[in-house]
Amino acid sequence: MPSYPLTVNGERREVEAPPEMPLLWVLRDVLGLTGTKYGCGKSLCGACTVHVDGTAVRSCVTPVSLVADKEITTIEGLAPAELTTLQQAWIAENVSQCGYCQSGQIMTAAALLAENPDPGDEEIDQAMFLNICRCGTYQRIRKAIHRAAREG
Amino acid sequence: MSVLVTNVSRRDVIKALGLGTGFVLSASVVPRGLRALVWGNSAGPLSPSVYLAIAEDGTVSVYVHRAEMGQGSRTGLTQIVADELEADWDRLQVVPAYGDKKFGSQNTDGSTSIREFYDAFRLAGATARTMLEQAAAAHWDVDPSRVEARNHRVHNLASGEALDYRDFVAAAALLEVPDPTSVALKSRAQHRYIGKPVRNIYGEDFVTGRAVFGQDVRREGMVYAVAARPPVVGGRLKDYDREAAMAVTGVLDVVELPVYEWPMRYQPLGGVAVVATNTWSAIQGRDALNATFESGPNGDYDTTEYEASLWQAIEAGGTVTYDRGDVPAALASAAKRIRADYFVPHQHHIPMEPPAATAEWNGEDLKIWTSCQDPQTVQTTVAPYFGKQPEDIYVEVTLLGGAFGRKSKPDFAVEAALLARHMGKPVKMVWTREDDVRHGYYHTISAQRVEVGLDASGKVQAWDHRSAYPSLMEVYSGQKTDAATDFEVVPVMEQPLAIPALRLWSGEAKAHIRVGWLRSVTSIQHGFAVGSMVDEIAAATGRRPDVVWNDLFGSVLTGTALDDPERPEPRPRAADRLRAVFGRVVEMSGYGRTLAPGTGIGLAAFTSFGSFTAAALEVTVSPAGDVHVPRAWTAIDCGFAVNPDRVAAQMEGAVVFGLSIALHGELTTRNGAVVQDNFGNYPVCRIGEAPQVEVALLENEHPLGGAGEPGVPPVAAALCNGIFAAVGKRIRRLPIRNQLKS
Repeated sequence: MPSYPLTVNGERREVEAPPEMPLLWVLRDVLGLTGTKYGCGKSLCGACTVHVDGTAVRSCVTPVSLVADKEITTIEGLAPAELTTLQQAWIAENVSQCGYCQSGQIMTAAALLAENPDPGDEEIDQAMFLNICRCGTYQRIRKAIHRAAREG
Repeated sequence: MSVLVTNVSRRDVIKALGLGTGFVLSASVVPRGLRALVWGNSAGPLSPSVYLAIAEDGTVSVYVHRAEMGQGSRTGLTQIVADELEADWDRLQVVPAYGDKKFGSQNTDGSTSIREFYDAFRLAGATARTMLEQAAAAHWDVDPSRVEARNHRVHNLASGEALDYRDFVAAAALLEVPDPTSVALKSRAQHRYIGKPVRNIYGEDFVTGRAVFGQDVRREGMVYAVAARPPVVGGRLKDYDREAAMAVTGVLDVVELPVYEWPMRYQPLGGVAVVATNTWSAIQGRDALNATFESGPNGDYDTTEYEASLWQAIEAGGTVTYDRGDVPAALASAAKRIRADYFVPHQHHIPMEPPAATAEWNGEDLKIWTSCQDPQTVQTTVAPYFGKQPEDIYVEVTLLGGAFGRKSKPDFAVEAALLARHMGKPVKMVWTREDDVRHGYYHTISAQRVEVGLDASGKVQAWDHRSAYPSLMEVYSGQKTDAATDFEVVPVMEQPLAIPALRLWSGEAKAHIRVGWLRSVTSIQHGFAVGSMVDEIAAATGRRPDVVWNDLFGSVLTGTALDDPERPEPRPRAADRLRAVFGRVVEMSGYGRTLAPGTGIGLAAFTSFGSFTAAALEVTVSPAGDVHVPRAWTAIDCGFAVNPDRVAAQMEGAVVFGLSIALHGELTTRNGAVVQDNFGNYPVCRIGEAPQVEVALLENEHPLGGAGEPGVPPVAAALCNGIFAAVGKRIRRLPIRNQLKS
């Protein structure tokens, strides 16, 4: 099995995996980083969203061989010390219900805000389209993103 | 109901709870009669439901015995005990109770967590506070009336001195539990956690990825399993290529799952599992298996054909489950009769987290970690496979990534346990999304025919309501039922509508798939039919729907289920309460104002799970027939809200959940097998479809009602009523999908 050098949350890791193994399972099963979630395996739900070189990417359909030598950030690495403004806004607005989709929601929202610091509702809906929330926390997600934009 | 509090520390059970020394109280709900609620599943009349432990350093541990699946049960229950205990929120620790009968009913469903245990948690907290005060009074040698507990300290009102709870733990542990009548409960005005929007205790864990769900459990030496199961319920494994699977990198073993015995209950479906060093390899291994299956007795189940048989059952009528007044006579003498047929297909829970369970077997002891709604069900279901008593199996409940009723059925936990035993290593049984969609316990498929008779002034004199759907009881009995089970039938008769003659029928319908309960259960289809028919009456008589609804709210005459003396609370003022929530959404939505062409507001109200809810949806239908809901207003009367923010969140989420059902939800079968398999062909609402929802909470002194489910039933009807108001087209079949497209 080939070996891939990965930089995950600022740390260099060497991972042995088949080339087509999705990054999602490398993160969860091999590296033990279970903050990134499995929801569909087909890039339909967004629960597996991570950042690769700052871009929001669905790790369930991203083969590990494609991300060697790239900067991977997972939800655990978003705020190594203090919570980011976005995460604080998420708590302040009491967004989460079951919490399972929220890692992916936050990673997508963080990428959106990095590119567009003050998005309107329509821009939020477009950027967050892929991220499903079965509990229906959508309106609070919008509110938290607006709050983070204001306070960030 | 009454509550019995026991000083457990006097009985030396502390060691079992893992505390050194400390002060431990338990509180039991003593239900009236033999069972607490239609929805309740009490383990026994004197099983404690809460354990409250205060350690030597003053840390308060609240053993919360209910699963957390997004409804905020653990936060809410903790608020209750912490308030009466006068605890400092920062010195509390919430311990999820592992599966054990001593914790009472851990079955988290039916929207019961807060309402069933409110009294027990209050009294436990208040009793502990009282005993700490007694210990303090003894220490200072003053009358107990001269001390007061406030925020983790007891104050000596005479001297001004104050000491931390930790200083009285040892002494309190030796005291007898005071008579409940001498324990003062706080008034609503004195509450500082109860009734407040206290933050979710898991909030920070969720946003940092630290929260551990069933899919996230990791144990030393653990391996991963994924299974190929019979596509048709009742089917059997025929053939598979073991060698091909074993050749896949990372695959360790290929293990057949046991053939179940009828009735299915929560047994695994059977099939063959692939065990590997990681989930991905297990999935690849399963693909390589090329497993084939025989269909078995349900191989002909085709939901399109089955619907025809439901309509035949409707024609035939079936069993009358409720009958007041003389419906045939009232219909015959009616000035106007309206009849409509309603159809709702199978629905699936599709929680964001597919089912998963991790099991560990050391040759003697079995341990399971899983996102289940009831750990005791896991114990009782798994035990027979190991020749053990249920209480000898350790089951821990992780956080649940959504459940909506599916995770009450622990077939996935049995699979994990069996594979752990086979492998001699910890095994995580992972269900993929495809497994979740294909092998669920689905909301039933239903046909309804409602016929009403109106007098000359348009007042409803008769309501004849036929329902036909396979019952969720069939997985337990293995027999075709008349869907006449209490909680499946009750929704229509419970509605406080002043209808002099009301008759309900249950048609014959056999299940060919596993049918289970899904958030609000039969109130889904009954809410749809009742809410739609009231709107159809309005259209047929040229009156505004809100006028017709208000005319209809009236005192309900008791019937079979409502006369049950074991139901804990009678239903006083039901009509007033439903009228009140309805009036609120009419008011909030500005109902009656002029709207743009192609826009309408739809209204509906329903009572379920002890609460009263109403919804108003503003709906636009584009010329091309696309439906959009920009805004929604909902109201709930659940007595009062222990955590108003969590209740509001449930109501907001229920609108999205109800819209998913009405717009998209349809699970079908062909040749016995489920057609859908992922979010692509079983869509749910995404952020762009989510309306801005405004929620009103109505409060009063009535007994608490549920909050998790009641928001759902009015939504589909309100949506379809809004569509009718917008473009004059009546939808009677769900999902709406392309019905409006030209």
